[in-house]
Parts: sequence; C-alpha cells; structure tokens
Amino acid sequence: MLHTPLIDAHRKAGAKLVDFAGWEMPLHYGSQIEEHHAVRRTAGMFDTSHMLAIDVEGHGARTFLSRALANDVGRLAQHGRALYSCMLNERGGILDDLIVYFLREGLFRVVVNAATAEKDLVWLGSLAAGAAQLRPRRELAMIAVQGPQARARTWSALPVLRAKSEGLAPFCGAQAGDTFVARTGYTGEDGFELLMPADSASAAWQRLAQAGVRPCGLGARDTLRLEAGMNLYGQDMDESVTPLECGLGWTVELASGHEFVGKTALAARSPAHARFGLVLEERAGVLRAHQAVHGAHGAGEVTSGTFSPTLQASIALARLPIGYAPGERVEVELRGKRAAARVVRPPFVRHGKVLV
Amino acid sequence: MNVPENLKYTASHEWVRAEHDGTVSIGITDHAQDALGELVYVELPEVGRKLGAEEACAVVESVKAASDVYAPLAGEVVAANEALADAPGEVNKDPYGAWLFRLRPSDASALGMLLDAAAYEKSFK
Repeated sequence: MLHTPLIDAHRKAGAKLVDFAGWEMPLHYGSQIEEHHAVRRTAGMFDTSHMLAIDVEGHGARTFLSRALANDVGRLAQHGRALYSCMLNERGGILDDLIVYFLREGLFRVVVNAATAEKDLVWLGSLAAGAAQLRPRRELAMIAVQGPQARARTWSALPVLRAKSEGLAPFCGAQAGDTFVARTGYTGEDGFELLMPADSASAAWQRLAQAGVRPCGLGARDTLRLEAGMNLYGQDMDESVTPLECGLGWTVELASGHEFVGKTALAARSPAHARFGLVLEERAGVLRAHQAVHGAHGAGEVTSGTFSPTLQASIALARLPIGYAPGERVEVELRGKRAAARVVRPPFVRHGKVLV
Repeated sequence: MNVPENLKYTASHEWVRAEHDGTVSIGITDHAQDALGELVYVELPEVGRKLGAEEACAVVESVKAASDVYAPLAGEVVAANEALADAPGEVNKDPYGAWLFRLRPSDASALGMLLDAAAYEKSFK
C-alpha cells in the first residue's frame, strides 16, 4: 500500500483508513458528517498528496498542452492562473480530469487523479514526443484547506504564506517560499490547495489543526464535491463518456480554432445523454451509483449518489437522455421499489447555501 | 468493540434482548454500526407483520452502504422505533439503546438457540 507523508498524522488522529487506488487514505476521523459540516461552516483540510503534480517544461509546453487538453490552455495569460480541463482520447472519451496551472512561459503544472496518474504519464509522454519535458513531482505533498474560514485560518497557522496569497483571485495560485498556494478546491467552498515539500507537510498539518482546521477524510470529500455538483473521475465519467455527456460542455469550445485530441470525435455526433442532478423527494433510502432512473424522456442511471448532510436529503448526479429539465419528476429504482426524485441543475450547494 | 453479556446475537450482527413482557427487542451490534459507518436512513417493519426467522425485515443505510436487517427469530412485530426515522445516527451513538423493533416470538425457546456474547465475538474475529 502507498502512503502519503501524512500517514502518521492520520494514524495518530485515529483515522479510519481505507484503500483508495492503492493508497492507504483516511475515510474519516470519527464522523464524516461532522467533517462535512466543518467545511461548509468553518474550515476543514484534506490530505490530497495521493494526487500527482506533473510539471510540463520547455518551449513547446504550451503548444503541447493545448493539443493534449480539451479546455483551451491558450486562455492562460496570467502567471499562476489555473484551468480545469478534461484530457480526451481520440474518441472523445475522458482519460482524466485535471487542473493545469500556468506558472510562467515554458512551465505549467498539471495535477491529475491518483488512480489515473501512471496512465496519464504514459499518455502525456507519448503525445509530448520530446516537445516538452514531463517532470512528475512525487516529492510534493498536497493539503486542501477548504471552508469559509479556510484562508484566514491558513494565514494564522502559516503566516509566511499570507503576503503571496492574500491577493489571489479564485482559480489563481502563487509560489510562497517552498509552498505553492492556489485558491482552488473540490468542495464548493473558498479555500486553498497547498503543494509543499513532503518533509514540511506534517508540521503544516499540525499547525493548521491547531488553528482550528478540522482534518477531513475521503468520505466528507465525496459528499462535499457531490453537493458542489463536481464529477468524480471513474464514477461520473470515464473513457466511455465525453465531456458533453457529463456536464462538462463548458470546458470545451468546439466552435473555436482550438484543436485538441478528441475534438473531431466530439464534433461528429451530438450527445444523446446529459448530466442532471436528482433530489430524492421521499424518505425511501439513499440514491447510489447504478440505480436505474425512469421518466417521461426515457431511462438513465445514477452515476453517484449520497446522503447530503447540508440538504438532509439524498442527492445524486445522473446520466439521463437529453430532454429532461429542472423541476421534472423521475422515478429511481431503489432496492426493488420506485421512489420519486426531482430533476435539478447542479450544484446543489455553493458557499454554504442550498441552491436547489 | 462492545458486546454486552446480557444480550443474544446472530451471525448477521443483530442483537436480541428479552423484555419482561415476553417480547424481544432487536437492534444492530456495535460491530455492525462501526462497519457500516454513520447511518442516514432506517426502514422498519410494520407493527402486526408476521416474520419468519432470518427474514429480511428492516433496512439500515449509512453514508457508505445499505444493509438488510434480519429477524433473529420468528414472531409478530409489536413495536417499531419510529423515532429513529428522524435520528438514525442514534444507532451509531448507542447501538444497544437504539432498538429497531420488538417481536412477540412465536416460540420463546428459540431465543436459547441464538449466540451468546462470547460466541458472537468469535463469529467475526
């Protein structure tokens, strides 16, 4: 089993550890629901060191990434600016979703999912074909501090980060000493993602905890991202799905002159499915992946579902035929019965507020 | 893991307590609630329903998974703990206090056939 530099801190804190893509990671530290509320109400932190940062260097870096990524890296003009993108195969299927940071001309940083990291490196390496150098930064630890109080408590725990990160707009990052600070995340709340040398991680984690940032596990991370309407790779999307079928149409601009791997396939056929949100209307259980959905415009399925601690109801992301609209009712097959659900447009929750 | 001596158990992680009025209370064990994680939904059998031994009759769902609860012995449901519908987390907080339902057993001697604390502990170790 692989371990992040924070494994001892997790064990000491009494985390329930689980296997996540070969990494032994905290699922929760006692109560994933309380951890969820901490992020919505004050501040929580996640060890995301299992994700891989890959630096892309060289004169050809921008041209290479522009072709490799479905979102337009050409839009990254300002140093530190981040962009969310899918990486597609030739059929338009999603190989991974990632965030790319423009550090300076000739240097980008891509952060990819843990489960797909090795596959991504091979794929990117073959596309780069020497035009840019790929440097996996396995020595970097990553801590995501999220919540309305996340930035203030980060500065109180780690004051040296303040000067360089105070002026950061959302989706921008800056280097502050040995730590890269980005105002990004996966929870629908404000906050930072911190990339730092592995040997600084434990001290930073401890100081953040002392400043009132609650350690949170993968359980809360999943309910938070689902409430925020964010896809999970491997569940809401994979190689069999295009960005247009899973709510990520906003990340691809087919009409522009931006050429990228998978564009031809995307342009060739209009999608038959789209992504919707569901809220279970009756007390009948919990929406979960693979449950069948029936309604006026045909059948589909839940791609991920959970109990939302903020809404106090079960919610889901679902792939349904084109034609459904927010406000419509559908039926979900739930343990042999059918239960009524309402179609909504995600996100369910942003910045602590219920939006559906 | 807490396994009180005064209760009976099943290998499917239900506990059974004999009440003074001849009925039995049924819940899920500390081990079961810990393995499931925080409960967010509980579905209970209707009062008056006749259950066979080992019949699936209730559902507990956590943030992680759904799990059936089985009748440890045959009998008629005489009460369901409806308060759990609004507070399923009580099962995590107090697994041996938060009973799910009560049965009037069709054969009281069947209680003797269930696992005692030591045998139950052995069943999952």
